[in-house]
Amino acid sequence: MPDIDALEQELNQAIAAAGDEAALEAVRVAALGRKGSVSELLKSLGAMTPDERRQHGPQINGLKDRITAALAARKTGLAEVALEARLNTETVDVTLPVPDLPTDSGRIHPISQVIDELTAIFADMGFAVAEGPDIETDDLNFTKLNFPEAHPARDMHDTFFFNPKPDGSRLLLRTHTSPVQVRTMQTQKPPIRVIIPGRTYRSDSDQTHTPMFHQVEGLVIDKSSHLGHLKWILAEFCKAFFEVDDVKMRFRPSFFPFTEPSLEVDIQCRRDKNEIRFGEGEDWLEILGCGMVHPNVLRNCGLDPDEYQGFAWGMGIDRIAMLKYGMPDLRAFFEADVRWLAHYGFRPLDFPTLAGGLSS
Amino acid sequence: MKFTLAWLKEHLETGEPLDRLVDKLTMIGLEVERVDDRAKTLAPFTIARVISAEQHPNADRLRVCIVDTGTGDPVQVVCGAPNARAGMTGVFSPPGSFIPGKDLTLGVGKIRGVESRGMLVSEFELQISDDHEGIIDLPADAPVGANYAAWAGLDDPMIEINLTPNRPDCTGVSGVARDLAAARMGKLKTVPVAPVAGAFPCPVSVSLDFGSTPSLCPGFALRLVRGVKNGPSPDWLQRRLIAIGLRPINALVDITNYITYDRARPLHVFDAAKVTGDLVVRRGRIGETLVALDGKTYTLDDSMCVIADAHGVESLAGIMGGEASGCSAETTDVLIESALWDPMNIAQTGRKLGINSDARYRFERGVDPSFAIPGLELATRMVLDLGGGTPSSITAVGDFNPPQRVIEFPLREVERLGGLRVDPAEVGRILRDIGCSVAGNGPSLRVTVPSWRPDIEGKADLVEEVVRLVGVEQIQLAPFDRGDGPRKPVLTSIQRRTRRAKRALAARGLVEAVTWSFVSKPQAELFGGGKPDLALANPIASDLSDMRPSLIPGLVMAAQRNADRGFPDVALFEVGQIFQGDQPEQQLTAAAAVRRHRAKPTGGRHWSTGGHEVDVFDAKADALSLLAAAGAPVQSMQIVAGGPTWLHPGRSGTIQIGPQNVLGWFGQLHPKTLQVLGADGPLVAFEVFLERIPEPKARATRAKPQLELSPFQPVERDFAFVVPRTARASDIVRAAQGVDRKLITNINVFDVYEGPGIDPDKKSVAIAVTLQPREKTMTDEEIDAISAKIIAEVGKRAGAVLRG
Repeated sequence: MPDIDALEQELNQAIAAAGDEAALEAVRVAALGRKGSVSELLKSLGAMTPDERRQHGPQINGLKDRITAALAARKTGLAEVALEARLNTETVDVTLPVPDLPTDSGRIHPISQVIDELTAIFADMGFAVAEGPDIETDDLNFTKLNFPEAHPARDMHDTFFFNPKPDGSRLLLRTHTSPVQVRTMQTQKPPIRVIIPGRTYRSDSDQTHTPMFHQVEGLVIDKSSHLGHLKWILAEFCKAFFEVDDVKMRFRPSFFPFTEPSLEVDIQCRRDKNEIRFGEGEDWLEILGCGMVHPNVLRNCGLDPDEYQGFAWGMGIDRIAMLKYGMPDLRAFFEADVRWLAHYGFRPLDFPTLAGGLSS
Repeated sequence: MKFTLAWLKEHLETGEPLDRLVDKLTMIGLEVERVDDRAKTLAPFTIARVISAEQHPNADRLRVCIVDTGTGDPVQVVCGAPNARAGMTGVFSPPGSFIPGKDLTLGVGKIRGVESRGMLVSEFELQISDDHEGIIDLPADAPVGANYAAWAGLDDPMIEINLTPNRPDCTGVSGVARDLAAARMGKLKTVPVAPVAGAFPCPVSVSLDFGSTPSLCPGFALRLVRGVKNGPSPDWLQRRLIAIGLRPINALVDITNYITYDRARPLHVFDAAKVTGDLVVRRGRIGETLVALDGKTYTLDDSMCVIADAHGVESLAGIMGGEASGCSAETTDVLIESALWDPMNIAQTGRKLGINSDARYRFERGVDPSFAIPGLELATRMVLDLGGGTPSSITAVGDFNPPQRVIEFPLREVERLGGLRVDPAEVGRILRDIGCSVAGNGPSLRVTVPSWRPDIEGKADLVEEVVRLVGVEQIQLAPFDRGDGPRKPVLTSIQRRTRRAKRALAARGLVEAVTWSFVSKPQAELFGGGKPDLALANPIASDLSDMRPSLIPGLVMAAQRNADRGFPDVALFEVGQIFQGDQPEQQLTAAAAVRRHRAKPTGGRHWSTGGHEVDVFDAKADALSLLAAAGAPVQSMQIVAGGPTWLHPGRSGTIQIGPQNVLGWFGQLHPKTLQVLGADGPLVAFEVFLERIPEPKARATRAKPQLELSPFQPVERDFAFVVPRTARASDIVRAAQGVDRKLITNINVFDVYEGPGIDPDKKSVAIAVTLQPREKTMTDEEIDAISAKIIAEVGKRAGAVLRG
């Protein structure tokens, strides 16, 4: 009967000395393997007398349990050391920058964004969006809209023309989106409620004029809408668009061939350097023209002016974008300078809604 | 239209202050553009006498002046004007005054070491003329110490209104006054014109000769005044003309200019000595020329109307007189013309010849025919008053009193259109004040429109008169009923596609540009356009001459501009109109993008991506992403190799639904395209036509199809094929897919390899095939069987062998 205490001491030393899992396994096999020292002791129990067995059984089984536990503890300890060592080799430089998301670098042009804003506001008031071609006839761009031939009112529009056709007629680039009003009245039965955004062209170029620009017009035709409704709609629009609780507006009589009475609208604002604030200040800023659709225009579109009536308004999309978002120069809208677009453009997921706020 | 406050008050009896009048003008539709209140801006400047002027010790061109400003305490002023001299009377600007012509506030300063306490100013420095030759030199009797502006009569505020083209009556001060009186700003007090009796018949006769063509002259009146002494006009008249920016010439010419502005009645004066024989009003003859009063020679044609004598054309009717027969200081016998012209013809002629004159401005808007004769009488009176002489009687042809328009005006129109309730008595008062005669007092008025308001044609015009003179601000806001129609989407299919396209492309890191709708002719031709019917007749610049057939040239140019600014990695898109012809249906909505240099969707040069250059697959991915977002049937689209000529032939593809419906193209730009556009690459692009996307079938329900989930795990098997280099991945995928369309739910091309280990004319393409069993787990035998079929099918259809 070997000395159990000495064996235990020897095994514990070996377990402590095992530097890795393989060494530990060797210790385990040497102790608890088929021919291991502890296994041999266990086997020896079979040859003992019952008395001897009663005496040595608990000693030997106790030894086996303690060694098993010591092995397990050592194994756990070794695993932790090994994991720590592995983790130490797996370090990365987390300060490295990640690539930009495409949704962060992509941009929507302010004109598109403002058209989406206008659509949200007017769709809520029951307006549809109408569109028409850029290349128009003289008839739809001028004559149907009550511009008399050679009248100075036509001089106010610096028109781009195409070359005359063999029959003498010549097409032009629309100078306003108003021909779409005519197209709408000719094809739809009142009540009509549309807004008409689109590209327009005038042969003019300086800091505040570009040969191409964008307009939005509104048209309402029914049997009862009058200037009071027009004023209300425009007031609602201005508050919603400029995202302020109140806008002070000034309606001034003016002249457009296609409306009678005609009005121009100024809004009150305060100008500080590059910033314009609405709903405060003492300056007046002209933002749009409007009026009751001229009886001649109604007639030209096949509507009886004694039965039908309505109003229209028009404004520059680029201009109201500049006013709202503070771009100083119209020409930059069409230069596609990525620095300008990154700064003044909108992120693809900034979708304007009335519920979520147009621009917030 | 410009006038002064004092001038206005000759026609309007009013106690209203300037700012109230100005506000009211704007609010009745006569928008005030500018008020030049010189009483304010010229307040600091006083009359002063130069006591002595000595040479400056340190500067040849400067003088040191001692100036008596009337305070009894002379001041020292350094002056550089050549005309500064002892004893002269000039205008003094004390320290602290703002000099409008220099845009600065004067201080006390040392000029070359000598102190200067103020300044002697020029007319330019006070912004009263362009004269900056020297300082103002006043008559010796000008009162020293007095306010200069008041003494010189420059303190009369000048008002400029931005007149709309419908208001010819307000091209004269009397008309502006009438409008203000109608707006309760005072009482109209224009003095009626008294006729001047003729002492002898007018020796020059006038005839209208338009042959068989329509007359361009509804009326023409003429009279001679003999024995006039012409010369400079009196100060008050000169001052008034100067105040509105006109240059006084001589009394006869100044009178015509004065009446043009005072009464909206343009006139012309001929020096009778330079007119030979009688006058004929006729069309110009092609090639005829006239040296006009502006000194320029104009070549005329038969669309224009002229006044001719026995020698030929003497005046361009209603626009500008001729130099040869104009009045000079020596003129003694003057022919005064007051005529009516066809407004349209005046506008066309003025535009054709590029002449903007005060006469054209009025005639093309339409002058008051009834005032032609009174205007002539008024001019005669002024000629007699200022220069004496003996008038002839008037000779006239034509009709100066065309019938007046009568409008039946139901009073309820004001409320129907204007949304404004106005007392019927007030409606009558307003209409009478603007010159209408009003009959009836029931629900409808009979309104006779005055001859000076050609713009009032019908009921709506009368509503405007009432609304603007009552005040637009009186109209109450009326909530607009959106109606009880269903809340349906309001956008059309193409509008929805357009906005989704924009968001989808921006979400791929592309930046939206808005470029011109026109490009240069070579650019248009390169992209299949440049046809004559899409070329502008009057382009603003030669590089903006043709309607664009594609968005690509504009985007490429924009990308290059950014590169030239130092931003080479540019990813731009545009969604907008392109033109295949000049008819509405030939205008399409295209979506296009370009990516330049390293502007990949994954970002530019970056440690994590390796920073590769853009390639054709970036453009393809952009196009497909856009098409999916716009609702295109992605399953039925085919990609065919090759594209339009502006793309690289080997690195481009066409997206189509059958050969008949090409949705768009993608690829690398052809080197020659870059050369013509003056751009450099690498540059990839795509263009898709949104109208060509088939309309999805309308569905009765918004519910999505039932989701079927298989309880059995999918199986994935990889196959590496060796195929000829020219083989197409799409053929391999289609062949594999065809083996079992139900079971094979996905095929992923995960590797393409060319190089060592593979024949030079071959490549290896590896695909992963996903099998999704639905009824039971697949056995190895079943998997092997389908694998064998895939290998056989791909072998047959794509010339592939399994890579060993």
